Amino acid sequence: MADFLQQVVSGLASGGVYALLALALVLIYRSTGVVNFAQGEMAMFSTFVCWELIDRGLPYWVAFFATLAISFAGGVLIERLVVHAVSRAAAITVVTVTIGLLIMLNGAAAWIWKGEQRTLENPFGTRTFDVGGVVVAVQDLGILVVSLALVAALWVLFQRTRLGLALRASALNPESSRLHGIRVSWMLALGWGLAAVLGAVAGMLVAPTQGSFDQNLMLPVLIFAFAAAVLGGLDSPLGAVVGGLAVGVILNLVGAYIDFFADLRLPAALLVILAILLLRPHGLFGRAAVRRV
Amino acid sequence: MLAARTAIRVLGLALFVAVVVVVPSRISEFRASEFALIGIFFIAILGLNILTGYTGVISLGHGAFMAVGAYTTAILMLGRPGLEAGGLSPPDWLPVGDGMKDVYTIPIAALVAALAGALFGLPALRLSGPYLALATFGVAVATPSVIRKFDSVTGGSGGLNLFDSPNLTGAIFNAVHVPGGRTLTFNDWLYYLTWTIALALFVVAWLIHHSRLGRALRAIRDDEIAAVASGVGLAWHKTLAFSLSALYAGVAGSLLAMSAFSVQPGAFPVDRSIALLVGLAVGGLGSLVPLVAGAVFLVFLPQWAQDLSQAPGVPAVIYGAVLIGLMIVLPTGVGGLLRRVLGPLTSRLYPRSQ
Repeated sequence: MADFLQQVVSGLASGGVYALLALALVLIYRSTGVVNFAQGEMAMFSTFVCWELIDRGLPYWVAFFATLAISFAGGVLIERLVVHAVSRAAAITVVTVTIGLLIMLNGAAAWIWKGEQRTLENPFGTRTFDVGGVVVAVQDLGILVVSLALVAALWVLFQRTRLGLALRASALNPESSRLHGIRVSWMLALGWGLAAVLGAVAGMLVAPTQGSFDQNLMLPVLIFAFAAAVLGGLDSPLGAVVGGLAVGVILNLVGAYIDFFADLRLPAALLVILAILLLRPHGLFGRAAVRRV
Repeated sequence: MLAARTAIRVLGLALFVAVVVVVPSRISEFRASEFALIGIFFIAILGLNILTGYTGVISLGHGAFMAVGAYTTAILMLGRPGLEAGGLSPPDWLPVGDGMKDVYTIPIAALVAALAGALFGLPALRLSGPYLALATFGVAVATPSVIRKFDSVTGGSGGLNLFDSPNLTGAIFNAVHVPGGRTLTFNDWLYYLTWTIALALFVVAWLIHHSRLGRALRAIRDDEIAAVASGVGLAWHKTLAFSLSALYAGVAGSLLAMSAFSVQPGAFPVDRSIALLVGLAVGGLGSLVPLVAGAVFLVFLPQWAQDLSQAPGVPAVIYGAVLIGLMIVLPTGVGGLLRRVLGPLTSRLYPRSQ
């Protein structure tokens, strides 16, 4: 039992990071209807920015918040300069543009930071404590708490502020939002900025858990974040978090307890998610689109 | 009026065939293998177009169906003796044969891939839009590790080597005897084989486009509910589209195995599936001839980027920037551009009906 709980706990820890990136995906999907393939690479780039700032002598937390600001600006800039230009095109065109961004950001990071392995400080320390035979790392707990806090903050932003109302309105009905004086295209840019911030947090939290990182840091994380977003429902922020934690736990349990799948963790987890999707085609928390014909 | 249109089409096709026939005598041996690769990607993109362009289902997993085709060909070419000579032990129930000539494995690879497509298409019917796209993405992600898992027949990470196989036409002596007493180099042979198949499959895709089936698929793309209300069977047509599309990918994979003399799990990463979608977007969704441009893009752009700079990361930056720029300038791909440019010209020859 203790072993089982141990697997669940370490699954929750990695799930926290998937949840953050999934949340970023959901944010952009909700406002623009686009699955952003560059989300992981945006996060990776932010992580390198943080590394660079620390390398130039800034204290960790100063660098952390500076990175969030830079990431926000970067996200807004990407939407204004690139994504906005294809906003009227077909879904496949927009997806292709985000794939282009993925390739470009990955290359740019390899170019600027020479493709070398870097290490990022762990803000939570390496202490662990024991709860009834289950070892819990402070770092894992920290990741989980930060993820949940960000979800709560987003919920407040979307449900309790005028800005959040404008963001939701632009996503739901751009035309009539425009008539109400909402600057819809800036709301979309704001969505990209927020998503970039979430990604930056995910990147800065996951990098220390890997020991060292290079420009390929977020590619595997992105795959699990996709799985998490789909599992929870692409239009549900709560779903993204539950999905992320679930994916983390499923991955760990499948790998640990089913021998056949020991070296097939990834396909097995995807299979479980596909099975759940067959029962709930719009994810656990997603809403089926109702259309008038 | 109809006669004029048909005449233009036949003329265009004849011109296309003429270019394909003449090209090898004008280019080097090495270029011939690159042009063969373009043909292979053209086939795969044509197939993806049936699913994504006609039916409106985005697939990010067609690399998986290419892998199915490639491994079917490799396993059948080696057969049980070849696999066992390589230290593998395929299970007794698996009908791997005793080694088969490479060309004969192509239709079998196509059918196996089509079956895989249908099997995936069935559960996928429950999903829609981005959920389905990401489910296919999951298949692409899982492919390499699944191939590695069944190493008793796939050879695991090392893959299968076909270079020494007596069933690989002409690779060892680099000469292929063709009817009429002529000999071709291996790359020229591969070029002709690929483009002959590509032309045949192109005609099939064209026929599908203009048939009842093609109209049904496009009806599903434009409005699923209206299509069903008009009597289009959703489940059957979507599964069929998946299956046909996978069939094309299987043929492309089979040819890829021959051109590389080998198959490895590493040859079918997620990037391969994503590249096919990129090629389709560059060629133009729902187009046919312009899809060649997508295939050319996939083969040559990475090379051009490499030629411009060797510094780490820079080729990727160039590739990504060109791709983004292209999508901003030509959101409907090369096909969309051609339609815009040629539309006014051809409409003078015959009135638009569609």
